[in-house]
Amino acid sequence: MNRLSWFNVVSLTLGFAFLYIPMVILIIYSFNESKLVTVWAGFSTKWYGELLQNEAYLNAAWVTLKVAVFSSTIATVLGTMGAYVMVRGGRFFGRTLFSGMIYAPLVMPEVITGLSLLLLFIGIGLDRGVLTIVLAHTTFSMCYVSVVVSSRLVTFDRSLEEAALDLGCSPAEAFRLVTLPIIAPAVISGWLLAFTLSLDDLVIASFTSGPSATTLPIKIFSAVRLGVSPEINALSTLMIAIVTVGVISASLVSKRQAVRQQRETREAERTA
Amino acid sequence: MGLLWLILFLVGASFFGFLLPVATLSTPFLQYLLQAVILGGLAYLLWRSLDDSRRSAVSRNLLIGTPYFWLMALFLVPFAIVLKISLSDVALARPPYLPHFDWATGIGAFLAELDFENFVFLTEDDLYWKAYLSSLKIAVISTVLTLLVGYPIAYGMARTPAEWRPTLMMLVILPFWTSFLIRVYAWMGILSNEGFLNQFLMWTGIISEPLTILNTNTAVYIGIVYTYLPFMILPIYAALERLDESLIEAAEDLGCSRLLAFWLVTIPMSKNGIIAGSFLVFIPALGEFVIPSLLGGSGTLMIGKVLWEEFFSNRDWPVASAVAIVLLLLLVVPIVLFQRNQQKQQEADQ
Repeated sequence: MNRLSWFNVVSLTLGFAFLYIPMVILIIYSFNESKLVTVWAGFSTKWYGELLQNEAYLNAAWVTLKVAVFSSTIATVLGTMGAYVMVRGGRFFGRTLFSGMIYAPLVMPEVITGLSLLLLFIGIGLDRGVLTIVLAHTTFSMCYVSVVVSSRLVTFDRSLEEAALDLGCSPAEAFRLVTLPIIAPAVISGWLLAFTLSLDDLVIASFTSGPSATTLPIKIFSAVRLGVSPEINALSTLMIAIVTVGVISASLVSKRQAVRQQRETREAERTA
Repeated sequence: MGLLWLILFLVGASFFGFLLPVATLSTPFLQYLLQAVILGGLAYLLWRSLDDSRRSAVSRNLLIGTPYFWLMALFLVPFAIVLKISLSDVALARPPYLPHFDWATGIGAFLAELDFENFVFLTEDDLYWKAYLSSLKIAVISTVLTLLVGYPIAYGMARTPAEWRPTLMMLVILPFWTSFLIRVYAWMGILSNEGFLNQFLMWTGIISEPLTILNTNTAVYIGIVYTYLPFMILPIYAALERLDESLIEAAEDLGCSRLLAFWLVTIPMSKNGIIAGSFLVFIPALGEFVIPSLLGGSGTLMIGKVLWEEFFSNRDWPVASAVAIVLLLLLVVPIVLFQRNQQKQQEADQ
């Protein structure tokens, strides 16, 4: 389909403008000199300076990062196991329940997930803090990882694994030498997804965090409830910049990999 | 047999978790470390004592058992607790509900204390069913709006030259990776009375007085459409990209106008994408909390917000739990429909 009508051009332009203008405005106003966020008073980076001296934000950022790294790593391991079990596990007792538990958290409203986990932590007497947020984030993000990894597992050729087993690999070796390298891109994007979900989460973290551990979204939310502030604009700009750089470089890397893979396949075909 | 090992392993783990804090080590970190070393050693010894067939059975059971156990403990059990507390009574205690489960009085006495009082309360107080209805209304309207905004974008993307499409795809996905909270927050500055939108409209002379948009339902609609737009665009785009152009040409050759061909061919062919996208917007929108609490006003009733306030402000855990259970029951129908649509599509793909 290569016939772009004027209607297509207009809807694409308006659509992407709608998606990006709010963030562009936010970024521009983060460099505003004035304390009044709606009045432009000249270029300044002073809000970034104040942000970097605000220890409460720095602490919250550190907690958020810790939680995200731990929870996404555990979630990737558990989620990959879950995907493997669902796609390759064959029949086992309670399979339907298992796949239900993998999919349900994806559609569960965050308020319910948060409430139920909080009630569990209180029920077993676990003090709320970094540990409880990590447990909570791991639980919902492992399901996302499972979905991402299993979609890759479904499409790849099972005979490769069987060949490895026939050639004398143990199942563990076959997984490590054959399966894992093939599903690696999906595992990595699963990790990235889990990581951003954790960085981003406000509701579940609010339920499961204690006074000792405040994450950045909780901090931002409580500040933002009082209205727009230039400091939060600066913080948001930093976060947008980090994500943009991360996503673009990740996509460039995967693109290069795809090109290399294509070349290798072509070469292999030629030599064969 | 493998299951037995798993049970043994778990019992052992909990036993050591219970025992070790008694051996008072200086820091919790050392305690965890010691615990991990002992458990690891134990597991290694067990592993060494097994022959090959046992080993594969054990590893299979561990592979299935670990995520299974995790989800049971942190998804299913918490949910059962919510159900239980929704049937309890609020009390001035810690935790603030009664009855507590007590092994001494037994399950019978415990069950006898439970009742549906909180659910009856939900039907009696106007606030709750109004909140459910208004959540449904807001979710439906914003899903339709998202579809109206998203479809032309997806359609335009599918008609651009193939080499542009990956870039456009990335531009759609990129906002999804940036913080949800920040994207909602960005609208607060735009929609407020002195905000960017009002300044712009007054500058162009379209309006002479600022419009009140922030803290109304309109702002909530804008927020939901904005944040969930990628979820609508991507499935529709996926469906449209696979659409065979010759079908439309055939329709036009047979005398359809372009508009009629669009209505009779393109829309039905992208039906699955439309359904999937609508559910992906509708389901999270129904339980939304952040958008109504930042962009909505005191008049915006949404059930996610009610639940939050019931729990954090009123500290009425039983009613908050009952609200959660009813919300989940509301979601069962769309979730089942969504799953069926996805399955149908998967079968069609194969």
